[in-house]
Amino acid sequence: MTETLKPQSAEQVQDAIHWALAGNASFEVAGGASKRAYGRPLDAAHHLDVSGLTGIVFYEPEELVLAARPGTPMAEIEAALAENGQQLAFEPADLGPLLGGGAASTAAATLGGAVACNLAGPRRIKAGAARDHVLGFHAVSGRGDVFKSGGRVVKNVTGFDLSKLMTGSFGTLAVMTEVTVKVLPAPEKARTVLLLGVGERTAAEAMTMALHSPYEVSAAAHLPAPIAATSAVSLVSGAGAGVTAVRVEGPGPSVEYRCKALRDLLAPLGATDELHTANSAAFWREIRDVSCFTADGAAAEQVWRLSVPPGEGARVGEALVRDTGGRVFYDQGGGVLWLAMAPRADAAHAAVRAAIGAGGGHATLVRAAPEVRATVPVFHPQPAALAALTARTKEAFDPRGVLNRGRMYAGV
Amino acid sequence: MRMPEPDSGIIARRTEIVARLREIVPGEGVIVDEDELRAYECDGLSAYRQLPFIVVLPETTDQVSRILRYCREAGVKVVPRGAGTGLSGGALPLADAITLGLGKFNRILEIDYPNRCVVAQPGVTNLAISQAVAGEGFYYAPDPSSQIACSIGGNVAENSGGVHCLKYGLTTNNVLGIEMVLMDGEVIRLGGRHLDSDGYDLLGLLTGSEGLLGVITEVTVRILQKPETARAVLLGFPSNEAAGACVAAIISAGIIPGGMEMMDRLAIGAAENFVHAGYPLDVEALLIVELDGPEAEVSHLIERVQGIANDAGAVVSRVSRDEEERQKFWAGRKAAFPAVGQLAPDYYCMDGTIPRKRLPEVLQRTAQLSEQYDLRVANVFHAGDGNLHPLILYDANNPGELGRAEDFGSDILRLCVEVGGVLTGEHGVGVEKRDLMGTMFNEDDMKQQQRVKCAFDPDGLLNPGKVYPTLHRCAELGRLHVRSGETRFPDIPRF
Repeated sequence: MTETLKPQSAEQVQDAIHWALAGNASFEVAGGASKRAYGRPLDAAHHLDVSGLTGIVFYEPEELVLAARPGTPMAEIEAALAENGQQLAFEPADLGPLLGGGAASTAAATLGGAVACNLAGPRRIKAGAARDHVLGFHAVSGRGDVFKSGGRVVKNVTGFDLSKLMTGSFGTLAVMTEVTVKVLPAPEKARTVLLLGVGERTAAEAMTMALHSPYEVSAAAHLPAPIAATSAVSLVSGAGAGVTAVRVEGPGPSVEYRCKALRDLLAPLGATDELHTANSAAFWREIRDVSCFTADGAAAEQVWRLSVPPGEGARVGEALVRDTGGRVFYDQGGGVLWLAMAPRADAAHAAVRAAIGAGGGHATLVRAAPEVRATVPVFHPQPAALAALTARTKEAFDPRGVLNRGRMYAGV
Repeated sequence: MRMPEPDSGIIARRTEIVARLREIVPGEGVIVDEDELRAYECDGLSAYRQLPFIVVLPETTDQVSRILRYCREAGVKVVPRGAGTGLSGGALPLADAITLGLGKFNRILEIDYPNRCVVAQPGVTNLAISQAVAGEGFYYAPDPSSQIACSIGGNVAENSGGVHCLKYGLTTNNVLGIEMVLMDGEVIRLGGRHLDSDGYDLLGLLTGSEGLLGVITEVTVRILQKPETARAVLLGFPSNEAAGACVAAIISAGIIPGGMEMMDRLAIGAAENFVHAGYPLDVEALLIVELDGPEAEVSHLIERVQGIANDAGAVVSRVSRDEEERQKFWAGRKAAFPAVGQLAPDYYCMDGTIPRKRLPEVLQRTAQLSEQYDLRVANVFHAGDGNLHPLILYDANNPGELGRAEDFGSDILRLCVEVGGVLTGEHGVGVEKRDLMGTMFNEDDMKQQQRVKCAFDPDGLLNPGKVYPTLHRCAELGRLHVRSGETRFPDIPRF
């Protein structure tokens, strides 16, 4: 019989894991379960629901630090930060709707989930991903041992940085019971410069020019014409052409200056325009959450996320479109590509990964039917030595495979 | 300092081991003469010295791989070493271990402007990377004060910081990829020129692992475009409390300066005497706050910072008028260690991090400890990120004074942990803070870290005796005690 255990404390998490160890059982671990369809499907017998581990443990705005239990809703964290003019600078994507969870999944998203999936957003290029903001954590390993790592200060090299390992481990190593993150002041002002009517190659050139400038660009994306047309921001959807967008954030006078400087810089490449506060925020939320592939008409498509050297983005994008027949848009200065394509049993994984080429990078199958995710390598295949090291790392935390076994790689 | 017992069986086989190493690294790359070994007997923490068993200076990844594979098979310990500038004894040799020096890995392999990164061998100095890209207006952000000499491989091993961490991050936030060799000779590449590889973040784990997990043979780092302008403001306060309050108020106002450094009265006087930076001598605490970015931003923020400082009771407030004066403001701070070093025959540099708001209390208690140990202390502080560098003054020629300085230092670090901070912000645990690990971590915390070590180096041959006070065998660490028959499962809500 399948059990769903919902621990309310770290001690109960430990009890649950000991119970599983004693009975050779395994758990699917989830918080709000908004990203349950991200990763390989599990054959775990039982569910460990950590959504009961909630609440902000402490939040000290002047120290730029917040600690919370992992089941705390992101909405609660973000509201607490907003009250003090602060934010999670890594701009965590809300992937629930993309993964088919609808609006309800947005409310279900938790801090623990953002950390477990190492989420980031367009600001990744300037502020980092979740990995760069986790300062420490408390957890129970798959061995049933309570342990902690890191601390509450940014500068800390005391012992191995296990926070990095936990971040992006998809719950396969240990169950976090408290996580401490760095928070930062929200920018006073944001503006987005639009370059209208450009193709991929010019867009790549524009993003590189912007990122090579001293204007501290905090996001750079490119939408080909059909994808730009789906935006809710009228300046973007009404362009009738490809749109490249570059964001600047900071104190008012600085943003105004940099916005103008970037328009001047990019003007030789095409017509420019700009988005102010609300439109800028709405636009980057669409990019962050991959909204263009969330619409009803796109729901059946398979979605890949690729991370490549930014200078390779345009070339990789052209190969993806050619070899899969899909649609692509570019974030993070061309370094991240999102691909949506008609569903195939093999998700065209060989073609997608071949497109990356010698420059290196990785491709993750973010959305596909469970039977596809069960057979196609969802996470980028690793060379043998790295795969063996990955398996040994898993074993160091969870030797019996109690936690989310197989979520990332078969048997891990 | 208690180190692992040297293996006399290994020491007895020295001739054979040297011969095998010379098959792998021909020519002068294997050092055996005592005079030459002497150069490697310590790192920047020179109070601890040990003549290495043998020093090997390979030139290629393949040689590193063959050396490690041989050492694994022969059961020989290995201590990796970069430029030897570390301050925690992480590269302290062992009497029965090969010191594996990476000094010959000294080339920048590629400067890749389209992808804004540099690929370098680990022995390249931190500053050389910034210099190599300066012509195009770029730089590498982490800038430890030893940047002229410290190597990028060592920076990765220690997760080095610098004065610009608050805004631009530590090494770990600026490394894109590495090539490393495991103790069994396997060569593994992590990351590359892209961000955030999926899979476990082993790159993040390796950064700051102090040479315990693998030997880094190549590093790829991000480079940033230099800000258009940078200006510094000198702020003098009548008390440490007022300076601390000013730091908190600046951050609460949503301002993240490029750098924010604090010095106490003893450090100010020493620095001023040493480089004549123009520091005021009649204040208890001095802040250097640097704002960088476009001119419009810098002038706007400088004005706000000065306003905040006035409200916090600043008695001196001076903005650098030009680049020369900005450099002068920094010259004093950058020379603070050697400057304080002029006040006494020896000094001992500590490296705790604390929550910023506890600064006045920590400084006050440090002053009490200073009286108790009868040793003077100067404080230099990365105020923006809470990283404290108390410099304890002593004279090693006075019997017992080194021991007293070490005890004093340990008390300061315990105090840092007690107020919610950590033992080391950027210098590493090494041997220096190894035996204090128990103040921050319990046995289970450290065992979990050591299990990770076992995944990389199951025989514990790589840099043993560093970071962890107790070495457990991997077989023992791997044993799983299942609590059968006494599960409290019924207490957990079920559905």
